[in-house]
Amino acid sequence: MTSKVEWLRRTLLATSLAFFVTDPVLAESPVLPDTVPAEFKVTDFLLDNGMEVVVIPDHRAPIVTQMVWYKIGSADETPGKSGIAHFFEHLMFKATAHHAAGEFDRAVSDIGGSNNAFTSYDYTAFHETVAPSALELMMSFEADRMRNLILTDEVIKTERDVILEERRSRIDNNPQAVLDEEVDATLWQNQPYRIPVIGWMQEMEQLNRTDATAFYNTYYRPNNAVLIVAGDIEPDTVRALAEKTYGKVARGPDLPPRVRPVEPEQNTRRTVTLSDARVSVPNFSTQWVVPSYHTAKPGEAEALDLLAEILGGGNRSRLYQALVVKQGIASNAGAYFQGTMLDDTNFTVYGAPRGDAKLADIEAAVDAEVALIASDGVTPGELEKAKDRYVRSMVFARDKQDSMANIYGATLATGGNVQDVQQWPDRIRKVTPGEVKAVAARYLVLARATTGYLLPQQQAGN
Amino acid sequence: MMYMREAAKAPYLLPQGEKVRSRVAVPLATLFLSVLFLILPALAARAMEIQSVTSSKGITAWLVEDYSVPVVSIRFVFGGGSTQDPPGKEGVANLMTGLFDEGAGPLDSEAFQIKLDDAGAEMSFEESRDGIYGSMRMLAEQRDEAFDLLRLAVNEPRFDQPPIDRIRAQVLSGIIANENDPDTVAQNRWARAVYGDHPYSRSDQGTRQSIAAITQDDLRALHKAVFARGGLHVAVVGAIDAETLKKKLDMVFGDLPQSQALAPVADIEPKLAQHVEVNYDLPQTSLQLAWPGVKRNAADFFPAVLMNEILGGGTFTSRLFQEVREKRGLAYSVNSSLVNQDHADALIVTTGTRSDRAAETLGIVRDVAKRLAEEGPTEAELAATKKYLIGAYAINNLDSSNSIAATLVELQLDDLGIDYMQRRAGYINAVTLDQVKAAAKKLLTAEPTIMVVGPPLAGAGKG
Repeated sequence: MTSKVEWLRRTLLATSLAFFVTDPVLAESPVLPDTVPAEFKVTDFLLDNGMEVVVIPDHRAPIVTQMVWYKIGSADETPGKSGIAHFFEHLMFKATAHHAAGEFDRAVSDIGGSNNAFTSYDYTAFHETVAPSALELMMSFEADRMRNLILTDEVIKTERDVILEERRSRIDNNPQAVLDEEVDATLWQNQPYRIPVIGWMQEMEQLNRTDATAFYNTYYRPNNAVLIVAGDIEPDTVRALAEKTYGKVARGPDLPPRVRPVEPEQNTRRTVTLSDARVSVPNFSTQWVVPSYHTAKPGEAEALDLLAEILGGGNRSRLYQALVVKQGIASNAGAYFQGTMLDDTNFTVYGAPRGDAKLADIEAAVDAEVALIASDGVTPGELEKAKDRYVRSMVFARDKQDSMANIYGATLATGGNVQDVQQWPDRIRKVTPGEVKAVAARYLVLARATTGYLLPQQQAGN
Repeated sequence: MMYMREAAKAPYLLPQGEKVRSRVAVPLATLFLSVLFLILPALAARAMEIQSVTSSKGITAWLVEDYSVPVVSIRFVFGGGSTQDPPGKEGVANLMTGLFDEGAGPLDSEAFQIKLDDAGAEMSFEESRDGIYGSMRMLAEQRDEAFDLLRLAVNEPRFDQPPIDRIRAQVLSGIIANENDPDTVAQNRWARAVYGDHPYSRSDQGTRQSIAAITQDDLRALHKAVFARGGLHVAVVGAIDAETLKKKLDMVFGDLPQSQALAPVADIEPKLAQHVEVNYDLPQTSLQLAWPGVKRNAADFFPAVLMNEILGGGTFTSRLFQEVREKRGLAYSVNSSLVNQDHADALIVTTGTRSDRAAETLGIVRDVAKRLAEEGPTEAELAATKKYLIGAYAINNLDSSNSIAATLVELQLDDLGIDYMQRRAGYINAVTLDQVKAAAKKLLTAEPTIMVVGPPLAGAGKG
């Protein structure tokens, strides 16, 4: 049973398939006696056409993962064209001037490789895991589709039906996802994170070849891309292969800086409620706008990460211990912070009642813990424990090739660099109890919070 | 929030045909019986060495020794999972797995969890229908503390009343929360339709009534019946040598009773040719179809695995993916899988499709299956699928210490032998086109059980 923490997390985060990238967990540890061995040293360089390259050697298995991250996500979309970034990710698997539709997929499966792609607010990434001997072939396919895609109306129509089905499956069939979407649209009044990555249904239905072509020509350029290669390969080899493949793609026009609308000051308490017959146990989540690693003043995002861990990061956290263990009123309660974002991000607390407890009791108890940490701060002991957990999770992360690739990719696509990842444990170590208290007091103010309630049908109007 | 090109939807049934998932490690000198082989015949070859280590008290573990990351992962299973829940006490196994970090030996819940956190280790237990699994991942430098806590959890779980009540209340909350959830309701209907009164038809979590009835004695009894050396399989990966591991094995498992006391569980053929409709007003209809499966140790297992892969396996080139999604845009996700459990086997197809075209989608899924049954795959499809299955094994099953350990436990459970990975490509390459055709005919000509979750399915009954 993984249910204790995971169950409610799944319930609350039903729409977020893959949170792995936002886990702020990985880099080298300066405190552990084993420093990262030389063969794991990360190398980064730039191709002449502006494409960034990061190589993460890992020679334990004859496997290599390449990921191409484009610095384009749903938050970069033109108003009225929501969903185009994700739709375009799907279209990248269609025919090119040199390869028929499905040829790339077949080339991957013929060698027992795996491939896929994903889209988020700030980036879109494509990846393949194969034997090192096939890396050049993968790079040539990936470089080819960066510029040579052929889009027909027929292809657009069929694939658009697929993304509409994806939306129904992820959002429309799921009351928690429907609520989460509208909570986001309420928390964010101006910043594009208010729009769902998958898009609004009526806008998705209208996406067309003209939109797709314009999007492709603007963003799918080597100077807007980061190549991450992790696995059984040497940096010199990666450089030679990358120059031979991606290096042949002409540099595109310079992209304008990613300056998006930002949030005005929030002066209200906002609530969003969904009652649905499919819901039997209510839950709530409260969110605040907070800085991300990219927008924060030095040390603030690290302090927010530690605040989330101490307040609600697992079954040793304050919320879990107070509400689930000691008071016995909640089936779960916790907090999280999504720091790896280009613009300001959100800090969230959540909970659900158990037994006879009422949702209002849970919410009041969560609010009380938040208020306590903002007024009295954290103890040096609990802060050290939280730091230890983060730093050691990085050691565990080195055990999995693609988790390191994801960390570097997400960081570089959201305005960070290789050093930011590597120095992260150092920066975590430097955070003081006073800094954690300060971010709690500054940001977790109830009068400027947005709360979503998921309620059973009979509680409608309560 | 992140959207992928395709994410496999969790099917209602459990593990995949070859139920392994997972990375490779670099070999070191070995002292014991060990098998050296190339795990990636299709890839540039490097050897992963699996040692069979037996402690002085007779506990055997498969070990992959690797020092490139200072981490040790252990995974183990005791045969006999939620099928061992006594009638009326459904949910005991699940509840028990929530209690191993809630107090053991001299340590109460709080003291145990603080020590575990101090030790920098992650411990988890979970049950399946056929087994209770435990895992621990630890930093090499703190492995002594971690193994000591694992010893306590395995041998002396306290099952104190306050944690029992608390975890039970959490499970109950989960049961209630899902009572009106269409997928959960449908899953329960499906299990009853396909498995009747067999233990496989019961919910792992239990019911409101059954979990209320569980006592400390029930937990103790289940622990005693299941946690014995006779039903144990262990795999260890990482920074530990065989001699050290032997001592740890004795410490953690050496004092358990010799034999398990399991209630017998009958084999069952999933009941086919049924039509189950679970009607909700939903924009997307879920479809699930069950055909007969094939046993893991059957002669036609690999022909069936290849056939399933061609039908709707893990690639973007499968027939179902092409016909349902690529050509017609009817679904985001469509998959088939061979499910092997200890007492039942099935081939399951799942998809989700817009409700007003669900009948059309169902027709296409059935048509694809029918055509494969009648005509079989092409030589080219078979050749490509063989290459995929051979190459994909390492990437899918051996990509971290945890996944290697999980794979090695499953290989032991299936009694496939320590050199299985070396032999596997040979089994796949030996399969002929006629054998795959025969497997397709045997499995896919049966009338499947079909479940529809969504609005009533217009114009498509049993076909």
